[in-house]
Amino acid sequence: MTQSSNAPKSFQEIILRLQSYWAAKGCAVLQPYDMEVGAGTFHPATTLRSLGTQPWAAAYVQPSRRPTDGRYGENPNRLQHYYQYQVLIKPSPPDLQALYLGSLEAIGIDMSLHDIRFVEDDWESPTLGAWGLGWEVWCDGMEVSQFTYFQQVGGHDCHPVSGELTYGLERLAMYVLGVDHVMDMPYNDPDAQIALKYGDVFRQTEAEYSRWNFDVANTETLLGHFEDAERACLDILAQAPEDPKTGKRIVMAHPAYDQCIKASHLFNLLDARGVISVTERQAYIGRVRALAKACADAFVQTEAGGWTAEAAG
Amino acid sequence: MPDLLIELFSEEIPARMQRRAAEDLQKLMTDGLVDAGLTYASAAAFSTPRRLTLVVEGLLAESPRTVEERKGPRADAPDKAIEGFLRGAGLTRDDLETRETPKGPVLFAKITKPGRAASAIVADVLEKTVRGFPWPKSMRWGSGSLRWVRPLHSILCILSDEAGAQVVPLDVDGITAGDSTAGHRFMAPNRFSVSGFEDYTAKLKRAYVELDSAARAEMIWHDATNQAFANSLEVVEDRGLLAEVSGLVEWPVVLMGRIGDAFLDLPPEVLQTSMKEHQKFFSVKNPKSGRIERFITVANRETADNGATILAGNEKVLSARLSDAKFFWENDLRVAQNDMQPWLDALEQVTFHNKLGTQADLVGRMIALSRELAPLVGADTDEAGEAARLAKADLSSEMVYEFPELQGLMGRYYITAAGKPDAVAAAAQEHYAPLGPSDDVPTAPVSVAVSLAEKIDKLAGFWAIDEKPTGSKDPYALRRAALGIIRIVLENDLKLSLYYFCDLELLKYEVTQLQGNGYEEDVVTLENTLEEIARHGVFGAAFHAVVDHIAASEEHPFAPDVAEGSVLHSVAERIQMRSADLMSFIHDRLKVYLRDQGIRHDVIDACIAMPGNDDLALLVKRARALSEVLGTEDGENLIQGFKRANNILTQAQDADGVEYSYGADVKYAETDEERALFDALDRAEAAIAPAVKAQDFAVAMSAMSALRGPIDAFFDTVQVNADNATVRRNRLNLLSRITQICLEVADLTKIEG
Repeated sequence: MTQSSNAPKSFQEIILRLQSYWAAKGCAVLQPYDMEVGAGTFHPATTLRSLGTQPWAAAYVQPSRRPTDGRYGENPNRLQHYYQYQVLIKPSPPDLQALYLGSLEAIGIDMSLHDIRFVEDDWESPTLGAWGLGWEVWCDGMEVSQFTYFQQVGGHDCHPVSGELTYGLERLAMYVLGVDHVMDMPYNDPDAQIALKYGDVFRQTEAEYSRWNFDVANTETLLGHFEDAERACLDILAQAPEDPKTGKRIVMAHPAYDQCIKASHLFNLLDARGVISVTERQAYIGRVRALAKACADAFVQTEAGGWTAEAAG
Repeated sequence: MPDLLIELFSEEIPARMQRRAAEDLQKLMTDGLVDAGLTYASAAAFSTPRRLTLVVEGLLAESPRTVEERKGPRADAPDKAIEGFLRGAGLTRDDLETRETPKGPVLFAKITKPGRAASAIVADVLEKTVRGFPWPKSMRWGSGSLRWVRPLHSILCILSDEAGAQVVPLDVDGITAGDSTAGHRFMAPNRFSVSGFEDYTAKLKRAYVELDSAARAEMIWHDATNQAFANSLEVVEDRGLLAEVSGLVEWPVVLMGRIGDAFLDLPPEVLQTSMKEHQKFFSVKNPKSGRIERFITVANRETADNGATILAGNEKVLSARLSDAKFFWENDLRVAQNDMQPWLDALEQVTFHNKLGTQADLVGRMIALSRELAPLVGADTDEAGEAARLAKADLSSEMVYEFPELQGLMGRYYITAAGKPDAVAAAAQEHYAPLGPSDDVPTAPVSVAVSLAEKIDKLAGFWAIDEKPTGSKDPYALRRAALGIIRIVLENDLKLSLYYFCDLELLKYEVTQLQGNGYEEDVVTLENTLEEIARHGVFGAAFHAVVDHIAASEEHPFAPDVAEGSVLHSVAERIQMRSADLMSFIHDRLKVYLRDQGIRHDVIDACIAMPGNDDLALLVKRARALSEVLGTEDGENLIQGFKRANNILTQAQDADGVEYSYGADVKYAETDEERALFDALDRAEAAIAPAVKAQDFAVAMSAMSALRGPIDAFFDTVQVNADNATVRRNRLNLLSRITQICLEVADLTKIEG
């Protein structure tokens, strides 16, 4: 990357610029979801809010965990914990591509010098029962974002359609900042009194979690937790909509969905421990998908999901 | 005569869909226009990542007026009937004409439909086309319900003639047709109006869009080869990639970049695959060393720094990609040099098919079968077994996990690195062949053995679980496997009894299924029985016979286990049935294969009906000889003679209830022609029997066709159904000799015509 006066200096500056940009474009800037997830899509602000008829516009950073990608902090590009930047706008605005390109300019990518391409890449999440059409966006041959028009989530057709943007923040930032190893990337301002690199913040944790994910995590405990989460999710959804205490109609889609997220992450951990065979894999994915679908069914029965007493008669 | 210009402008259309979409647009529009009465002089369609464009020249300005005459009721019909007719035709009483007909005076109406203006027709046809467009995958966006491959932004639709251009009034889901479009997304994003196709392409070019994908491909190839040539290098041709890359850019700019020195020693196929699959780069080769040393990338824009930033970025991305590939390669080599055991062990964890076990099970069966096949194809038994053992090892390697299309090829590299013989390494790559009808078949004996073993085992396996191809569904490519067997056998001229090998594999599957289902004792018997069977040499029908034999002999130790109704007895029956079914599947593929080579299906049927039909080389030799002889006048007439003999004989046998099959004696012959036929049959018989035995079908067929003259002369002069019963019987027996001798060569009753 050639440096220009507009160039950001650190990882966090890129995040802050994205936050300001999408805030200026009218998105509600949310905070990360407080649970372990594999990708920003799992945040209920995307999964559940892409359902139903209510308009929505949100942007947020989501810490994401992929236990199998752990490399003890040694690989220049791979991490078991990383950040995604996620934007979801429903209905997808007609100028979403232009808005997206504006965000790249905001983080210092000079459109007159770079080659930006939209290359077919349809998105599918077997665990969420979701799919959409879109592209991976290339900058000079590197994938910097995923751009998707959601068509179905949790088995429900999306009406209206949400536009989803996902930025792999470390990779994008490394490119913008011209860094070859993620651990060498400036996290805060390199001129700050205490200048921190990405490695200063995360090298230790990458090593610790890599060891734990691959070799130490107790698989029996994890299996037990998986079963518990699955049962809890279904139990929550089995409750009658009317709350006997308040007498109000309260469908508990979100607490149930938390359990679905848990089950999904536990599956990822079990996968990293290598205890899931090829055939079992499909079965586990199917169980998580069943939970995601049940949660989606519940969400569209909530007011946030577009349910109204009148329409329900 | 106006010209029509349509442009459907959208977000980026997947490269692989563009060409077909342009063709569909042209077909749907021109068909629709012609159906509505608008003929045209010429049409052409174009595509870029963001637009589908159609130009139709010399279109009629309006559809022709049509006049239709309709017959009504009689002139003296009740008013009600006449009124009804008028309502239906949309006319008044004055429009009707009375004509005299044989049935009296009848009312006739002339209904004139005025022509419709081209713009109204175009609007209708285009709306229908857009709404029903056959995208392989389409989507909705925003709050709308329209489906398109990606969001559709604008429609340009104008009719232009000398007087100027006119927008066709049209609105599809809120998108109103106009006369404007936009240029290159980054280099000239503003919208502009156009007045016709020439104006459109010229303005697009000024706005950095080359409309024609063939022209873009040409630009790319021209610049790429020039840049390579200037460095004494050459671009590795890849038409598929060229077409794809042409669909990713509106304004191609070719840039040549360097591959880091650290990666130049990777196998060229790895470099090429990694660059193509991940980055859509062309490989650039040094013709002297054969190494791939540079890459070509195609950017979608010009820049002030002549692409320096873009190229630097691409080189960096490639370097990260190739670091991965190098890491896989080096890890894999370490495993390879240590005998690959971890990879072989890992195959136990990989399902081949949930009813057919793991890849390791498959390898086990392939080893045994390859060893059996080896001596028959001229391969060393141990080498064939070793090649089969290692043939799938690379499926566990990191490189093949990353690039599945390198399976086999990587196996060859790794097995070579492990210090195994070249024949063993080559089999890892070649046993997958032939992959298509034009792909070469393996010829090296070890590769032939492993390739046949893999395909026979695969077919037998899917026959054992009854998952055969149906209609267009053939998810496991079993037709390809059968054709592969056929081509390997024929092109290597192998003498193989396929029944034996199919039975052998079917039996293995039967054993596996019994093992899993509580029939362990039967398996023991079965495996012991195998020895008995081996002594008899063949399976299938013979297996059945052996089981019957054991069951019948009371003192045989396994007699109780193989009695009718026992597990083993039904296994025998199942194998025989499946084996026959599988062979007829292979014969069907053979028919398709030979039909493409000009051999008629009835000729093949006539040969399939003969014994030894599982020896495909023999079967085809017979079919070719028969096909050739049928092409001669003698051969064609002989068939007629044979059929005549066979018909008379069959009719007589049916009428008399007697089989005339033996005892024709020349002493009852009454005419010279009859005696001549006796002579000719003696000669033919003496020639045919040894020729068939020696599989010299050309000699056998020519001996057979030499019968044509005597047979014709016989039928011309001799009445078979003579009054004298002895003479008649003798002649019928003589006809029987004709048919028997001919049937030695092929089953001529199957020949049509």
